[in-house]
Amino acid sequence: MFKYAVRRILQSLPILLIVLTAVFLVVRVLPGDPAVAALGDYASQEAVEALREKLGLNDPIWLQYLKFLGSLVQGDLGTSVITGYPVAQQVRRVLPYTLELTFCAILFGYVLGVPLGISAAVHRNSFIDYFNRIFSLLGLSVPAFYLGILLILVFAIIFPIFPVVGGGEFWDLKDNLRHLALPGLALGLLMMAYVTRMTRSSILDILREDYVRTAHAKGVLERIVLYKHVLRNAMIPIVALGGLYAVVLIGSSVMVEIVFSRPGLGKLMVGAIKQRDYTTLQSVMVIYAVLVVLINLATDLIYSFIDPRIKYS
Amino acid sequence: MSKVPKSLPLDAGLPIEISQRRRMWAAFRRNKTATAGGILAVLILLEAIFAPLLSPYDPLEQDAMARLSGSTDAHWLGTDDFGRDVLSRIIWGSRVSLVIGIFSVLLGMLVGTGMGMVAGYYGRKIETMIMRAVDVLMCFPDLILAIAVTAVLGSNLVNLIITIAIVMTPRFARLSHGQLLKIKESEYVIAAQAIGAKVPRIIVRHIFPNIFGELLVAGTLWVGVAIRLEANLAFIGLGVQPPTPTWGNMIREGVDVLINAPGISIFSGLSILITILAFNTLGDGIRDMIDPRLRGA
Repeated sequence: MFKYAVRRILQSLPILLIVLTAVFLVVRVLPGDPAVAALGDYASQEAVEALREKLGLNDPIWLQYLKFLGSLVQGDLGTSVITGYPVAQQVRRVLPYTLELTFCAILFGYVLGVPLGISAAVHRNSFIDYFNRIFSLLGLSVPAFYLGILLILVFAIIFPIFPVVGGGEFWDLKDNLRHLALPGLALGLLMMAYVTRMTRSSILDILREDYVRTAHAKGVLERIVLYKHVLRNAMIPIVALGGLYAVVLIGSSVMVEIVFSRPGLGKLMVGAIKQRDYTTLQSVMVIYAVLVVLINLATDLIYSFIDPRIKYS
Repeated sequence: MSKVPKSLPLDAGLPIEISQRRRMWAAFRRNKTATAGGILAVLILLEAIFAPLLSPYDPLEQDAMARLSGSTDAHWLGTDDFGRDVLSRIIWGSRVSLVIGIFSVLLGMLVGTGMGMVAGYYGRKIETMIMRAVDVLMCFPDLILAIAVTAVLGSNLVNLIITIAIVMTPRFARLSHGQLLKIKESEYVIAAQAIGAKVPRIIVRHIFPNIFGELLVAGTLWVGVAIRLEANLAFIGLGVQPPTPTWGNMIREGVDVLINAPGISIFSGLSILITILAFNTLGDGIRDMIDPRLRGA
């Protein structure tokens, strides 16, 4: 287990390096001069030139690249030319909000989705199965921001129970949860739809396996077949796909943050694009990529824990 | 599950291909959700094609006297903040969504499948290079990649198609690569190689037909994903720029007047939801049709 974990972590390092390089290059080909963006279109040539020099934009590209990597290693994400603040500080401020939102949504999705998916698969073609199918189809189809708007309409405008916008004070638990409720629900329902759907179909797949029939045939109790034979094996795809959907969810969190004007990485990123704040954009993309790599890593580790065969392949 | 209609001749001197096609078509029609999805998708396609004939008003025509009118006899779904007819704008909005959704997926399929098959077939260094590039692109959630690429390319119709195609390409590459690895070692491919068939011929004649089903299913489902991506970008303000009516733009404009005229956002969003739903059910139906084992799963 430990050896596998180490190997798997080492494997994700080169990917991370290539991703960082890609982000660096993409941000360099973005149209528009960051110095001009910072100073405005009417800035004098000298001022722009001075700022370019200060930002290191006149350095050869390989030197810029090395500096970029060097400061990343030290946890320095640079200073935003537009806001004048260190980017790391801004990221540190909003990251907890994004993580909280995504984590709650994943939790919500699994806690409600797995039991719903199981009962739908076991009672196939029953009412609960039809409900589950319609629910998950809707969940797969609805854009996150639209769901958010509908929730705002119902729970903040028609019945003003929850605040419409903002993220609240993070460390004030009550305020935080009040502001988390609607965005968390929007994202959580999506995750629940994904989880229910894949739980149902993985369980149906396994119910058809020979070993399940064998267990039934030799008279094992229904309940034990379900828990020991079916669920344990169904957990493998549920975990694997769960990682995939968690990545999708991070993408959707951007939209939810924007709809609810909730502080977070997504809002930071879109703001950065609109202001042509490339230092911030670059850092946020790096953080997103790191999150995805971490999720994939976690998925694989959990996976190898559930399915010992993985380690040896 | 094993409801093969008895009336179908198993061997009536027909080429197997045709009877198989017929069997698949029968399977598709038996699946009511899929049929409904297919019909819905066709209707939405017709809506987009015949938008000029269907829409009661010019989608850009402003009527200052009838701003935010709510539902009236003249404007069934009301008017927006500029007095433009919401129904007409929704009908025209289907064009942008469908054009971007369908063409970006086609482009992504073409490039991605090409990459995946070349990688899978040749292996070695080419494979490593292509699939590493795919891994890197897949390190970003769809929307984040799309936002970043839009920032580079800018957002007009063609560039949005390219942007979303860039997001779709790695998905298709991974799918076709995986499929190809499965098929590559099969006897008929080895046989074709043994009799000296050229590589392009093997790929086109022997490999492609066998992965086409998977591609079709994924492509149909991913049209829905592409439409959602476009709507997301438009909602952020990075989509096709106003005054062109797109559903995402309309929702964004509607949010500003959500309290007075919630209909604008609700109906535009509903159009997106129904369209994506149509492609999702259609894709599921095609999958059931191709792979009867999964029927109802």
